[in-house]
Amino acid sequence: MNQYPLWKNLLILGVVLGALLLAVPNLFSQDPSIEITAARGSEVTEASLAEVRAALETAGVPVKDIETREGGKLLVRFASSADQLAGQDAIERTLSERYRTALTLSADLPGWVRFLGLNPMSMGLDLRGGIHVVIDVDMEAALDQALERYVGDIRTELRDRKIRYLTVARDGSRILIKFNDAAMRDDAQRALSSEFRDLDIQPLDEGGDFVIAASLPPAQQEEVRTFALQQNITTLRNRVNALGVAEPSIARQGDRRIVVQLPGAQDPGRLKELLGATATLEYRLVDTEHSVADALDGRVPVGSRLYRERDGKPILLNRRVIVTGDQITDASAGFDSQSGSPAVFVNLDGQGARRMRTMTTENVGKPMAVVFIENVTTTEVVDGEAVKRTRKVEEVISVATIREPFGRRFQTTGLDSSDEAHNLALLLRSGALAAPIQIVEERTIGPSLGQDNIDQGFMSVMVGLALVLLFMVLYYRVFGLVANVVLVANVIMIVAILSMLQATLTLPGIAGIVLTVGMAVDANVLIYERIREEIRNGSTPQASIHAGYDKALSSIVDANVTTLIAAIVLFSFGTGPIKGFAVTLVIGILTSMFTALYGSRAMINLIYGGRRVKKLAI
Amino acid sequence: MRDLSVINELNIDFMGMRRPWVIVSGALMVIFLLSMLIRGFNLGLDFTGGTVLEVGYQNPAELSDVRAALEAKGFTGATIQHFGALTDVMIRLAPQEGEEASAQLSEEVFKALSEAVGGQVELRRVEFVGPQVGEELREQGGLAVLFALIGILIYVALRFEWRFAIGAIAATMHDAFFVVGVFSLFQLPFDLTVLAAVLAVIGYSLNDTIVIFDRVRESFRKIRKGTVIEITNMAINQTMSRTIITSGTTLLVLISLYIFGGEALSGFSLALIIGVFVGTYSTVFIATATVIMLGVSRADLLPVPKEGAEAGNTLP
Repeated sequence: MNQYPLWKNLLILGVVLGALLLAVPNLFSQDPSIEITAARGSEVTEASLAEVRAALETAGVPVKDIETREGGKLLVRFASSADQLAGQDAIERTLSERYRTALTLSADLPGWVRFLGLNPMSMGLDLRGGIHVVIDVDMEAALDQALERYVGDIRTELRDRKIRYLTVARDGSRILIKFNDAAMRDDAQRALSSEFRDLDIQPLDEGGDFVIAASLPPAQQEEVRTFALQQNITTLRNRVNALGVAEPSIARQGDRRIVVQLPGAQDPGRLKELLGATATLEYRLVDTEHSVADALDGRVPVGSRLYRERDGKPILLNRRVIVTGDQITDASAGFDSQSGSPAVFVNLDGQGARRMRTMTTENVGKPMAVVFIENVTTTEVVDGEAVKRTRKVEEVISVATIREPFGRRFQTTGLDSSDEAHNLALLLRSGALAAPIQIVEERTIGPSLGQDNIDQGFMSVMVGLALVLLFMVLYYRVFGLVANVVLVANVIMIVAILSMLQATLTLPGIAGIVLTVGMAVDANVLIYERIREEIRNGSTPQASIHAGYDKALSSIVDANVTTLIAAIVLFSFGTGPIKGFAVTLVIGILTSMFTALYGSRAMINLIYGGRRVKKLAI
Repeated sequence: MRDLSVINELNIDFMGMRRPWVIVSGALMVIFLLSMLIRGFNLGLDFTGGTVLEVGYQNPAELSDVRAALEAKGFTGATIQHFGALTDVMIRLAPQEGEEASAQLSEEVFKALSEAVGGQVELRRVEFVGPQVGEELREQGGLAVLFALIGILIYVALRFEWRFAIGAIAATMHDAFFVVGVFSLFQLPFDLTVLAAVLAVIGYSLNDTIVIFDRVRESFRKIRKGTVIEITNMAINQTMSRTIITSGTTLLVLISLYIFGGEALSGFSLALIIGVFVGTYSTVFIATATVIMLGVSRADLLPVPKEGAEAGNTLP
């Protein structure tokens, strides 16, 4: 009696050992480190390693270790965060031309752990310090802008087709176009319906007026919204990369929010400056008559300027700008109707269209480039005084050959993938078309507070756990000892699962673990009190153990399932801290059921099972 | 031979005392309700929106100096208090007109503080929450509680019986209301972690209630004689040792969390400490009492005979 088959014991042992293995990476210290990547146009090589080491040695910054990481990165470890900051300063001063640095924390894992691909839990911003910002994208404004664009386009279209209208005006979410007579209106409706397939165009006669009402159908509105959100995420990603933060996270939250998390970052001012950056675009002709090599040597021809493409390749462009970003009224990704290859469709306003037509007519067969320009204002402290500096970042995002003269509408093909087309469309719209954003939530946690939080959280868990363990041994003796082993295994399993899922541990998450520990005791107590009761009723020790586990089962399952329901609801409704709490609570409930029901039973069976027992130490 | 057996042999007539306790609970509920209506809550930043800065000075800081430094720069109406230590100060500002201005506010405030003490102050934490985010959170929190309750109601009704489901919900709501009421009555800061704690209290209180319900159900099926009240009393007494040990160990952990967990966890642990006490109390005097008042009888809990099976005998 009271014996588990071998396979069951082995299975339980296997699960616990597996959990132990997954939890191991958390035992190693997290070093303050700097991640070094190559700036555009250069590479991280063996030589860079020596270079970085030399730079740090000259500055007298002690280094723990430098290693190369996959993806062309160098990782420099330091013993303290003071060294880390000094190290960053040294590298920035001497090597900033070719390398970018980012502060990060990196666990000092031994080779075999890294070989197995195991990772420690990731720490939430409240534990490691950093900036958390929630940005709201103004969807009403995005829709407004879209409608305003259509107003302009409709006017141009009607004028081009020589259809006379009285007025084109916005009326809430509709565009109303008035005409003198029914014939004009019918012509216009035919013309507009074929030209603007996105719009819902209906004749609307009221009080003797001849009117057409155009509106955006819900599906199109949704598209405008999604686009506005994605576009902001794309530009944010580009800009945040310049901040020098390892593992920045930029994610969509709900319908209209973007969450930006920058672990380790300390200066919310710089982030806000980046968010406030403005972007614009310029279409320019490529200078094909002069040599790029000469220009690189400093002999840039008059009338041209040297630019760089995204991959760092130099290119000479004409100084004269054909069209600027605020003249683009729309840009969208799609497929070329003839070849079926990915394409970007661009619409220009009237003035832009005229200039474009003149230029393209004269230059068929020549390449044209799009330059993306961002203006970022940064505040830097120079000699104790804050100095505002505007930095202009220019890069060529697309080069294409002019196949035929075009004006208001044209398309760019020859793109590698529809992803690339999508990105180009997003960038083309980031000038005048960007949907306005505002910060609705901002949390900055200093690194010292983060460390305090870890220390205090850890301390309180340890003390609480120690007290409970002590009580259990005193009160339930051998069975208490079993319960203790099981409780510790429970905590290890929670840590293991969090590490495996790469879930983020936050302060409320620690609270969730603490609560689970308190409640995991309950399952053990329920079982042991039952066993005691059976003994009092005169059952034999073996029968008491069996009945104790058996009868407590329904209570334990019912109680845990109800709590699980509450925890799952919390998880699905909560954001941020509530979610963090719910994650650990859900995991904790599951692991505590497993350990209390199977883990403890296996141990009790091994201790008492299958032999004559006179008395239980309970 | 059982040295710690005192709590094993209890025979207290809990259900005989149910009326006075229900009245006490009712009276407290009225007081809490009045407090919530009249005093309202000391809602945290998460719910109201606004800006909070936590700064660490190198030397103990006088709150009046901090206030003077702020007012010199035109920041009036700030709540300023020590946070944990004399060197740590928390400054809270109400939401400003126009969110853009608000997001910049924290930097200006910190600059004002830093200038006043010649830079000998460290910014430890900044939180800015826009007013609409706060409003959404209040809605979310309310919805979360509501859906959790509905989910539980369904589960308990299926596993037990509708009277038990109502009893469990009554006790759970009583406990949530109690904790929230204490926070209103004493104007303790109510933030997002406290909301999480209230939800955890719901979980804990249920856990406790279900364990006793389970025993009541088992006793009804096993014992053929005795009134409903006698059997219920017996079930409560039999599980009393478990009730005390479990709430005791949970309290051990929570108290250590309250003492050592730092300011950030104090609201959370306090809410749970209150919750464990009322959760234990409400199991007996609200949940079980409600079930009895709704007129449960033994017949309601006898297992539905299944094909062939003779009553609910335990299987090997």
